[in-house]
Amino acid sequence: MNGVLPNSWRAEWKPLAWVIAVFVGIYWLPVGDPRFEGAVVEALALTKWYAQEHVLLCLVPAFYIAGAISVFLNQQAVLRYLGPGAPKVLAYGVASVAGSVLAVCSCTVLPLFAGIYVTGAGLGPASAFLYSGPAVNVLAIVLTASVLGMGLGAARAVGAVLFAIVIGLLMHMLFRKDEEARIAGQEVPTSQEEVDRSLTQNIVYFALMVGILVFANWGRPEGGTGLWYEIYHVRWIVTAVLAAGLGLVLVAWFGLSWSRLALVALPTIVLALLFPETPALPFVSATVAFSLVTSTSQGELGEWFAASWGFAKQILPLLLVGILMAGLLLGRPDQEGLIPSEWIAGAVGGNSLGANLFASVAGAFMYFATLTEVPILQGLMGNGMGSGPALALLLAGPALSLPSILVIRSVIGTRKTATFIILVALMATVTGLAYGAITAS
Amino acid sequence: MLKIEVLGPGCKRCHALEENVRTAVREMEVEAEVGTVSDIREIAARGVLMTPGLAVDGETVASGHLLSVNQVKKILEARTESMS
Repeated sequence: MNGVLPNSWRAEWKPLAWVIAVFVGIYWLPVGDPRFEGAVVEALALTKWYAQEHVLLCLVPAFYIAGAISVFLNQQAVLRYLGPGAPKVLAYGVASVAGSVLAVCSCTVLPLFAGIYVTGAGLGPASAFLYSGPAVNVLAIVLTASVLGMGLGAARAVGAVLFAIVIGLLMHMLFRKDEEARIAGQEVPTSQEEVDRSLTQNIVYFALMVGILVFANWGRPEGGTGLWYEIYHVRWIVTAVLAAGLGLVLVAWFGLSWSRLALVALPTIVLALLFPETPALPFVSATVAFSLVTSTSQGELGEWFAASWGFAKQILPLLLVGILMAGLLLGRPDQEGLIPSEWIAGAVGGNSLGANLFASVAGAFMYFATLTEVPILQGLMGNGMGSGPALALLLAGPALSLPSILVIRSVIGTRKTATFIILVALMATVTGLAYGAITAS
Repeated sequence: MLKIEVLGPGCKRCHALEENVRTAVREMEVEAEVGTVSDIREIAARGVLMTPGLAVDGETVASGHLLSVNQVKKILEARTESMS
């Protein structure tokens, strides 16, 4: 029955379906329709805005920080609090913030959740980690704060941590009998080189990088006076000082050679002197030179670059697609995409219980690739979504999605999964209502 | 013959580790069977909290980092030495 085909029709129907779908889509493409053409322009404009405003100054330093966290911080110490012998009270607190140190990429959240549940501290801390993990990861906080504002960024982080503990405790209490019947297993230490840097040194190192990130992105305040504005005025000088400090720290504690530091510093200084009006130029050259230097280093610096680049490779392509889709469907702030803004405002505008609930539930089932919740939220808010429902979506969205729900179900079973989803939706709705009320008044 | 398993749900790092393991096995000319474990419960039960993990002859020997080819070689060398 196969004729001369290399595979049977069973295998061929999939490519055929794709060919037909793409063909039909393009055949009926509404080119010429003003809404469609406007949406396409919006998609491209939004992507360009991200490239210009957020990638160089915000995402690149954030990837370096994320890489540093994964390579230099002692994750073993954190994992001890989530393991089988951990003091239970501490386990909840640690689980709710551990995502910042342990799960910089979304693919580690689910295995970690399973690990904590099966061989570690149990359902409570595992649920706490599952809820907060995606929300407290460094990249998510940085981009949320940068694009959607400090208010939402902080609310997202704080809300996730607080309610992670609540959800974890509730899950533990609701299923206590089941928990007592399970067996814990052996934990295997992670294979990480012992690092001989003191806590103070680590704090200084991370503080310098975070400082560079913060000051390079210092927002322009309304009005022309006050402390905020003064800082805005001198932000590049502060960034430069911090960068110099980072260079010295790398030479002193990380084995960077002076000659390589000079390779980074000299072109940057030259460009800064030649082009004082465009500080982005020396910043970019410094980043490029720094990447060149670290990528060709052996040892810790090379590992750091490899980790940072690994995250970038993993996250940027999906983020790009997410931004294009957000732009196409929702447009830039104050613009419309394919979806009319009345629909958005009608469903999730204002701060009603219905709006918050809808946002939570929709978010729980929608899939957001790492960081894509930011441009999508941006588009929704630009089309009339209230800040309360926005926070609800931020809290329920990245933590859950239909695919992840299926995986979670395979680990803890249908009843516990359903309970977890309901708790998440409730917490997100309540937090959204509260935040919406606070920011409206 | 060594039985090597890469433990991970199938993300890029897990595939990369599998590649590194296969390269190490090939370069060391060690007789080994390389497989993957992608069921999350199984991975957790083997004691791997942070993926990707690596198991040799059923014993989990590493977790949490994408081991380079050289790091995999070191682990395999230690195993074959302790066996002979």
